Amino acid sequence: MKRRDFIQLAGLGTGAFMLPGLAMGRTVSPEALMEPGLDVSVKKRLADAALNAAKSQGATYADVRIGRYLNQFVVTREDKVQNIVNTESYGVGVRVIANGCWGFAAVADAKNEAQMAKAAADAVAIAKANSKLMKEPVQLAPQKGFGEVSWKAPIKINAFEVPIKEKVDLLLSVNAAAMQNGANFVNSIMFQVNEQKYFASTDGSYIDQDIHRIFPQFNVTAIDPKSGTFKTRNALSSPMGMGYDYLQTNPADKVTGITTRYNKGYDMLEDAISAAKQAKEKLTAKSVEAGKYDLILDPSHLWLTIHESVGHPLELDRVLGYEANYAGTSFATLDKWQSKNFQYGSKEVNLIADKQQVGSLGAVGWDDEGVNTKKWDLVKDGVLVNYQATRDQVHILGEKESQGCCYADSWSSVQFQRMPNVSLAAGKTPLSVDDMIKDVKKGIYIIGDGSFSIDQQRYNFQFGGQLFYEIKDGKIVGMLNDVAYQSNTQEFWNSCSKVCDERDYRLGGSFSDGKGQPSQSSAVSHGSSTARFDGVNVINTARKI
Amino acid sequence: MAILSKEEAKKIIDKVLAFSKADEMSVGLSGSRTGNIRYARNSVSTSGETTNLSLSVTAVFGKKSGTSTINEFDDASLEKTVRRAEEIAKLAPDNPEYVPMLGPQKYLEINSFSDSTAAITPDYRAQAAFDSIDPCAKKNLTAAGYLEDTTGFSALGNSKGLFGYNKATSIDFSITVRTADGKGSGYAARDYNDASKLSAKSATEVAMQKALASSEAKALEPGKYTVILEPTAGVDLLQNMMRSMDARSADEGRSFLGKKGGGTRLGEKLFDERVNIYSDPQNLEIPGSPFGGGGGGRFGGGGGDGMPQEKVVWVENGVVKNMYYSRYWAEKKGVKAIPAPSGFIFAGGTQTLAEMIKGTEKGILVTRLWYIRAVDPQTLLYTGLTRDGTFYIENGKIKYPVKNFRFNESPVIMLNNLEAMGKPMRASGNLIPPLKIRDFTFTSLSDAV
Repeated sequence: MKRRDFIQLAGLGTGAFMLPGLAMGRTVSPEALMEPGLDVSVKKRLADAALNAAKSQGATYADVRIGRYLNQFVVTREDKVQNIVNTESYGVGVRVIANGCWGFAAVADAKNEAQMAKAAADAVAIAKANSKLMKEPVQLAPQKGFGEVSWKAPIKINAFEVPIKEKVDLLLSVNAAAMQNGANFVNSIMFQVNEQKYFASTDGSYIDQDIHRIFPQFNVTAIDPKSGTFKTRNALSSPMGMGYDYLQTNPADKVTGITTRYNKGYDMLEDAISAAKQAKEKLTAKSVEAGKYDLILDPSHLWLTIHESVGHPLELDRVLGYEANYAGTSFATLDKWQSKNFQYGSKEVNLIADKQQVGSLGAVGWDDEGVNTKKWDLVKDGVLVNYQATRDQVHILGEKESQGCCYADSWSSVQFQRMPNVSLAAGKTPLSVDDMIKDVKKGIYIIGDGSFSIDQQRYNFQFGGQLFYEIKDGKIVGMLNDVAYQSNTQEFWNSCSKVCDERDYRLGGSFSDGKGQPSQSSAVSHGSSTARFDGVNVINTARKI
Repeated sequence: MAILSKEEAKKIIDKVLAFSKADEMSVGLSGSRTGNIRYARNSVSTSGETTNLSLSVTAVFGKKSGTSTINEFDDASLEKTVRRAEEIAKLAPDNPEYVPMLGPQKYLEINSFSDSTAAITPDYRAQAAFDSIDPCAKKNLTAAGYLEDTTGFSALGNSKGLFGYNKATSIDFSITVRTADGKGSGYAARDYNDASKLSAKSATEVAMQKALASSEAKALEPGKYTVILEPTAGVDLLQNMMRSMDARSADEGRSFLGKKGGGTRLGEKLFDERVNIYSDPQNLEIPGSPFGGGGGGRFGGGGGDGMPQEKVVWVENGVVKNMYYSRYWAEKKGVKAIPAPSGFIFAGGTQTLAEMIKGTEKGILVTRLWYIRAVDPQTLLYTGLTRDGTFYIENGKIKYPVKNFRFNESPVIMLNNLEAMGKPMRASGNLIPPLKIRDFTFTSLSDAV
């Protein structure tokens, strides 16, 4: 990842959070975030100006995205507030097809019809210029217009309406609790995002959407000055497509066990206390013996393995080679899909794409090219059955309608194929985590996400975690250090022998998944229940320098 | 409009400062024009151009600060932005680590601007794409590439009389060439301030040659190997290490530079004695920014609090000589504040890559490392994979392509296992020599091409 994709928060040092390359725009006062955006009737008038201009310039298709993107970050360490940042970005992106080729132009702070018409004309001019280097004209899957419609994320508490003081108080109390329980350092942060997006196209859609995301996070460090060793433990929170209601704790959202994990209500204070104690415990935990282990992977960990080894390889643009220079291509080639018998995983493995899942990061009513969102199978009973596609790709799959996987991270970015929520279906047979562990002779139970790396065709991967517990003869016997597992995607998913039932189903997710050149960020959730993978290769990562 | 002259920038900054009622005020003003073209499957997929001009005002009352940003420049808008920054500051909590603003500074003269880059048009970008796609198409190879150019300026001033201005250009080009059967893949990347140094055609030829030569790779057992890391391969690991040289983290005991029993490893010999690493904003090959912290240096200046960038020796004969100190941490420790630079210079040798290969009995040549992620911050252990051209060397010659490996290695260990260094080349804004390293740890094989 290039440095320009991230904005490093000054002075945070090790354990610092990297702000994702979100549509940051200008810095504003917190009150400005509460001001309503443009009225929907104004947006329709502006959109029509662009659509009409595009058509009159010779476009055969045009869409307009009028976007207002709001972000708030509250950043603290120990007993100090380091930064409070409020940003707003507003502008318009116009995309057209002319001479069979895509063209795109964007304009900041567009307020009148003349600016809209100019952006549309610029987009058409770019399309016509690019068409000279085009090999095949764009084949756009038909899409019916929806008229004037809207979608709003089903949030209970708008995080932007919660006073900043309340967020500062929460983070400082979380930090204090960690320090009281043995942490030497603690950084915490509250990220909030609100995307107010208006989409209009020559298909006759005028779609107004209001999307919310939240990510409370911390990083606790424990130090043993005598040995010069330090260990960290990150929050077991997940970024969610929710409001501040994610911070309302509820006993029903807690999964108890060796450590408490969370579903749709996160107890940040309780997790910080556990984190401090566990970071200290890590200082003296046993170093793992390398070898083959049965892995029990918690949803707070497994989401990232799903993301990297299922979500990315099944992006159709990667499969076709459009990402070859950066993110890479994919092992999951079209011939494997066409064979109808490519065993991606064992029979226990059902992987589902879903753009409608409530509370998830990827949930919207329509995607960024006016396609209503859906739910579909990617891997069914272990067999590869489908991909993720956009309107200009879906004909390759023989489908008549797009799956709705188009997204742009800002009004100023071109929309392209992005990952929907991709999740492992819960097991159909009743099975609890405790019962799953009872059968394991030599295993490791992994909770939380850590280091992650996978090759450019998504075969070979290595993952770390936050907490590792050794399992011997069906019992957890203690904490381990220096654990990372390496496997191959197909081998790994075929070693999946059991998946817990839906009682254990939880969402994890990525707040800032990077793809494209210039790089764009997107947010996506991955759900699962705890799952077992047999005989996976574990390495020891301890070194001396 | 996006690229203001020094005089134009100063006029706006002075006007803003005249509106201030705060104890202290600083103003950052920056503008840029960025253009790009992207292609894949031998066809252009996207291209565009963006211009941006924005002004950021920070007002301070006591230890409270607030920032407001705007991209309109009439007097009323400027005054409104000043008032808004002042309002936000008054509402902010005290920052106990606030350090008063710097007074006037003397900045080094740096030439990071090139007319040839500033003059780039959409036609130039289309021609570069054509120069890259055409030779590939003729040889039944598939090109995927990306070119991005930026022309920008950055100015800052404050109520204590500080003023700085810099303008810069940059161009980045990368190309991946794959064989039609998907069994071979090659890569090349180039970055410059001056676009006249870039030949998309010759960089593409390197990637084509690697793609053709990497087909039918053989599998070697994972294990410890002598490797030659080309600058494109070595840069990320070395850069990650250099970005971890923050003094505060080391003092706090949570860095590879933390010392057993407390304190830092400043002054300790941590690497092979041939390792010399420094930064120099006036270096002609990687001109930096005259002021500000790391990042953004290639785009006209790092902004920040206006600390001057100077030549700094970070590692000398294997000994850690300097770390970054923020102004707050430097004051607390009673030392001079040192900002992170925008690029590093790893002093190397004089040998070319070809000469280094010739002098290698058994080893692996690595074109590129990919998906590098930290595994353990204590030891700076990283994992990742080789990609787009990995070859086995025997008796001074490239014998055959090998399948890609996953590695688990620390740049600190690497720079202790140093065998030889070649002539440094620019890579991602740094000067990096090809490095010959013994006992580089490959932990598994990958089927990826």
